[in-house]
Amino acid sequence: MGDLKAEAIGLDFHYGDVQALYGIDLPIHAHAVTALIGPSGCGKSTFLRCFNRMHDLHPGSRYGGSLLLYPDGVDIVGPDVDPIQMRMRIGMVFQKPNPFPKSIFDNVAFGLRVRGGLSRGEIADAVERALRDAALWDEVKDRLGESAFRLSGGQQQRLCIARALATGPELLLLDEPTSALDPVATAGIEQLVLALRERITIVIVTHNMQQAARISDHVAFFYLGRLVEFGATRQMFVKPAKPETEAYLTGRFG
Amino acid sequence: MARAAAPAPLAGVRRGIRRRRLADRLFALLGAACLGIGLAVLAVLLVDLAIDGLPHLDWSFLTSFPSRKPERAGILSAWVGSLAVMAVTAAAAIPLGVAAAVYLEEYAPKNRLTDLIEISVTNLAGVPSIVFGLLALGFLVYVLDLGRSVLTGGLTLAMLVLPIVIVATREALRAVPFAIREAAFALGATRWQVVRHHVLPYALGGITTGVIIALARAIGETAPLVTIGALTYVAFLPAAPLQAEWPFLSFAWLRDPFTVLPIQTFNWISRPGDDFRGNAAAAGLVLIALTLLLNGGAIWLRHRLRKRVRW
Repeated sequence: MGDLKAEAIGLDFHYGDVQALYGIDLPIHAHAVTALIGPSGCGKSTFLRCFNRMHDLHPGSRYGGSLLLYPDGVDIVGPDVDPIQMRMRIGMVFQKPNPFPKSIFDNVAFGLRVRGGLSRGEIADAVERALRDAALWDEVKDRLGESAFRLSGGQQQRLCIARALATGPELLLLDEPTSALDPVATAGIEQLVLALRERITIVIVTHNMQQAARISDHVAFFYLGRLVEFGATRQMFVKPAKPETEAYLTGRFG
Repeated sequence: MARAAAPAPLAGVRRGIRRRRLADRLFALLGAACLGIGLAVLAVLLVDLAIDGLPHLDWSFLTSFPSRKPERAGILSAWVGSLAVMAVTAAAAIPLGVAAAVYLEEYAPKNRLTDLIEISVTNLAGVPSIVFGLLALGFLVYVLDLGRSVLTGGLTLAMLVLPIVIVATREALRAVPFAIREAAFALGATRWQVVRHHVLPYALGGITTGVIIALARAIGETAPLVTIGALTYVAFLPAAPLQAEWPFLSFAWLRDPFTVLPIQTFNWISRPGDDFRGNAAAAGLVLIALTLLLNGGAIWLRHRLRKRVRW
C-alpha cells in the first residue's frame, strides 16, 4: 500500500431532510484503483459525487465531516473551499456517455479553454495527448472536426475520459462508466483504466462485481449509506470479514 | 410445450387485427379531414383577399402615401412604420426576454418566489393586448413622455410579447439535458461558462422559434397601438436611420409619429362605402407577405444556428 491520495473522515451527506451517507471513513490509495460496490441506493454514487462537489448543483445538499485531498490535505467539502477549484483537480466520467454536441476536438479542449491562458498550439498538444491517453487518437485523428455524436457508444465514453484527462487531474472519478456499453466496449474501458492507474488515482463505482475484481486494487462495500467493509480486492473477494459483504458478493441480495 | 396452433383462435386473432387496423385508418382519415378543413378555410380567405386586393397591388401602392382618392392611396408610411416598430420591438424584447429566462432557469433558486414569478409571466402572456396599450399610454406616453412615437409603439409591443419570449426560452433551456450541464460543471466551468458555451448555443433553435412566434404576434397587433395614439393618416416617413453626414447613424426616427399596416388596413375598411375595400385587401396581402418574410428570415437564421451545433 502506497501513499494516500484522499481520505474520508466521518463524512456525512444530507439531501434536504434525508441523510444519505453516515460517517464514512475511507482511505483512497494513490496510483491505485478503488472500486465502490453495493446495491442500488446504497450511497456509493453519492459518495463519489462528494469528491468534485457535484451535489452543490442541487439546492438543499449538506456535507458533514471531512474529505481530505492529499498531498496538501485540503478539505474538499470544507465550507470555504471553492468547488470549482476542486473540480479543476478532480475529473469525472459519468454513467451514460455525455459528450457535448460539438466537434471531437472541441469536446476535449473545453476544460482547457475554461481555464484560459493557453495558446492554440498548447491546446492542440494537450488534446492530442489526452486522446492518446484515452486510446482514442488512432481512431479519430483524421476527423477531429466531426461531431462527437457520430462516434460509437464506447468511443464516446473514451472521449469523455479524454475530456476529463485533458486538464491533468490528480484524481479521476468514474461513475459506472460501462453500464451503458456492450461487452467489447466495456473491455476497452477496463483496459484503459488499468493503463491509467500508473499515473492517476482512480475511484470507480460499479454494479458489476466481476469488473471490480478485474480492475480494482481496493474495494469498498457500501450498504444503506454506510461503509460496511473496505479492503484489498483479493482479500475482499476471497475472505470478506463481514457476513453482509459475503452475502452481497455471493449474490444473495442486491 | 404442446402444439396449440388450432385454426379457430387464429381466425379470431386475424379478425382482431383487422378491427384494430380499421380504427387506425379511420383515425388517419379523421386527422386528414381536420387538416383539410383548416387549410381550406385559409385558402378561401387568401383567395378572397387576393380577388379584392390584387388589382390594387402594384409598385405605386407600395411607394405612395395614403390619399383621399382610393386609386392613388398607398401604404408606404404603413409598411415602413411596421418595420420600424418591429425593429424596436425585437431589439427590446429579445435580449430582455432571453436574459430573464436564463436567469430564472439557470441562476434563480427554486422557491415560492420564483414559482410566483413563473406563474405571473405565464399569465401575462394571456393578458389582452389592449391592457398593454393602456399601461403604455399611462407609463410610456405620460410618465416617461416618449410621445406617440415609433419608440413608444415598439416598446408597447415588446411588453406584449416579452412573456412569450420568456416562456419559449425557458422551454428551450429546459430541453438541454442535465447531463450536458453536469459534464461542463465537472470540468471546472462557472455557471456563466456553462450557459454561454453550452446551454444557450444548444437552445438557440428553440429560442428562435419562440422569437418568430412573438414577432409574428406583434406585427399583427392594432389595439395597443391605437390606444397609445398611433396616427391613422401619415403622409410622411420617419427620419432616415442613415445620414449622409457624420455620425451617419441617426436615431431621430425613434421619436417620429407612425402608423402600421394593421391600422392602415382597419382605417380603410372602416370607411363608409366600398371605395377603399380593395386597398384594405391589398394592404392585408402585404401584411401577410411581410409576416412570411420575417418568419422566413428567422427560419433561415435558425437553420444557420443549428448547423453550428453538432448533434
